[in-house]
Amino acid sequence: MSKRVSAAPVKQSIVVEAPIERAFKVFTEDFGSFKPREHNLLSVPIAETVFEPRVGGHVYDRGVDGSECHWARVLAFEPPNRVLLSWDISPRWQIETDPDKTSEWEVRFIAETPSRTRLELEHRHLERHGQGWEGARDGVEGDQGWPLYLKRFAERIAREA
Amino acid sequence: MKRWQYPGRMARHRALAVVKDSVQLAALGDPTRRRIFELVGARPRTVVEITRELTVSQSAVSQHLKVLRESRLVRAEPKGASNIYHIDPAGLGQMRAWLDRFWSSTLAAYKVAVEKKSVEDQQ
Repeated sequence: MSKRVSAAPVKQSIVVEAPIERAFKVFTEDFGSFKPREHNLLSVPIAETVFEPRVGGHVYDRGVDGSECHWARVLAFEPPNRVLLSWDISPRWQIETDPDKTSEWEVRFIAETPSRTRLELEHRHLERHGQGWEGARDGVEGDQGWPLYLKRFAERIAREA
Repeated sequence: MKRWQYPGRMARHRALAVVKDSVQLAALGDPTRRRIFELVGARPRTVVEITRELTVSQSAVSQHLKVLRESRLVRAEPKGASNIYHIDPAGLGQMRAWLDRFWSSTLAAYKVAVEKKSVEDQQ
């Protein structure tokens, strides 16, 4: 049995009190202001995170010493509705240079009202990061696995908010 | 680069998955432990090497490593007089758990940023 199965994507959504154009603009232009700073592969503190607003651009962290870490490629850039990016960080926390071994994340912006926008984020194709996902799949996608875990996680976030 | 291996033990231990996930979630909830997890993930390191990257004491790092080890996020391999810490190769489950946390905190912070900006613009 060598059937290739895909890993369940990470899906999240959030509703913000802002018009869709602003929601998109802030997400892309100010990405570095809300991306958790401690999450980076540089050996020095981050000076800034840059989101290049075009297909073929990158998202990269720039360290205080000028070093750069390009960890995402912009695959689609469709203001104000959608962005699609790669995730070039391997499970071993190294930059993955083989595009076939990278996952992708998509953010869709949906206007619920003129002043309210829903963001839907999907991080998918995690299986591309490595072999053997098939073996682990049952454990993380079974009824007692991720669905329950995600529910608890949501409850925990709600408590912290 | 060595290929990441995923043993089938997660499937075998399916009944324990919920307990394990909660433990891992709690273990990665601490910023210092998350940093240690990231350092060990970048490359295998000793306690001394990890301590050098952080502002906490070596005994504090050892305590954090103990929690990470018990949560099956890292494992220790004896080498000479000390241990080398590696990411526990339980597979993409950890990566997915981490991504879940990453995107949750990123989106929560985004909401604050975009709504603050809206209020500022109205003033």
